[in-house]
Amino acid sequence: MKETAMFDLTGKTALVTGASGGIGRAIAEALHAAGATVALSGTREAPLRELAARLGERAHVVPANLSEPEAAAGLIKDAAGAMGSVDILVNNAGITRDNLFMRMSDEEWAQVLEVNLSSVFRLSRAALRPMMKARWGRIVNITSVVGATGNPGQGNYAAAKAGLMGMSKSLAHEVASRGITVNCVAPGFIETAMTDKLNDDQKGKILGQIPAGRMGAPSEIAAAVLYLASPEAGYVTGATLHVNGGMAMV
Amino acid sequence: MSDIADRVKKIVVEHLGVEEDKVVESASFIDDLGADSLDTVELVMAFEEEFGIEIPDDAAETIQTVGDAVTFIKGAV
Repeated sequence: MKETAMFDLTGKTALVTGASGGIGRAIAEALHAAGATVALSGTREAPLRELAARLGERAHVVPANLSEPEAAAGLIKDAAGAMGSVDILVNNAGITRDNLFMRMSDEEWAQVLEVNLSSVFRLSRAALRPMMKARWGRIVNITSVVGATGNPGQGNYAAAKAGLMGMSKSLAHEVASRGITVNCVAPGFIETAMTDKLNDDQKGKILGQIPAGRMGAPSEIAAAVLYLASPEAGYVTGATLHVNGGMAMV
Repeated sequence: MSDIADRVKKIVVEHLGVEEDKVVESASFIDDLGADSLDTVELVMAFEEEFGIEIPDDAAETIQTVGDAVTFIKGAV
């Protein structure tokens, strides 16, 4: 296979959380195709094993349940143990517990904040130390268009995703001088198992709000992650790259 | 094995890029040697590695000068 001149990740190691989902899988595939060694994390081990088998060499499975606060540090340790280091951390794992704000329980709020925001804090904190020493690191957090626009029924999810953006910018400030960048990719509506569940009426309404007139593909999110993870993006930090077909131009 | 104080000074010189004669026991990392707060975190990491010890966060906060570091490490190794 011909080596690509740009966005080459040969020799780099990447941990992708939520790699059993549609977007996470596409991200892992893209980083792997660019030459990176990847560690695939998620709660369901079977789909991770399947993906690792399909990728072949340079793919490791490191299951973790990020709803448990202790899991984050252990996951970084497992991934570094499997790959030798974690040069690139892609925080993609996320859950939804949608409900009208007035009906939302403390538990629904806390679960979403725990997995989508607090676990990213813990994973990033644990990954930073070796990145600081190496004077190179990439943290890419997958947020959402709703973190910028809000969405009815997703007060918890939007809060966590907006929180990620503020957290990323603060961390980006702190570690920029060490060759570590921290950025976000904010997907709009992407074709995944989650959006497959929508009926035609719901899909029609959504498409009406998207200037591109279609949903995005997971590979289009993966391409944005690959760019931000690459050596070429070394001067981009604290940014959010919106990949939403023009649905929100922020 | 070289003296702990010498090894500490060597790390500080390398890490902060300062003149060796400025790295005296009373020198404050931040006020005298130009370290920022992230530099101090990295220094603690470097000490941990060099001496094979763990410096907990609350102890790390008390290490303000070269002498503080030497004293702490002498007690920990």
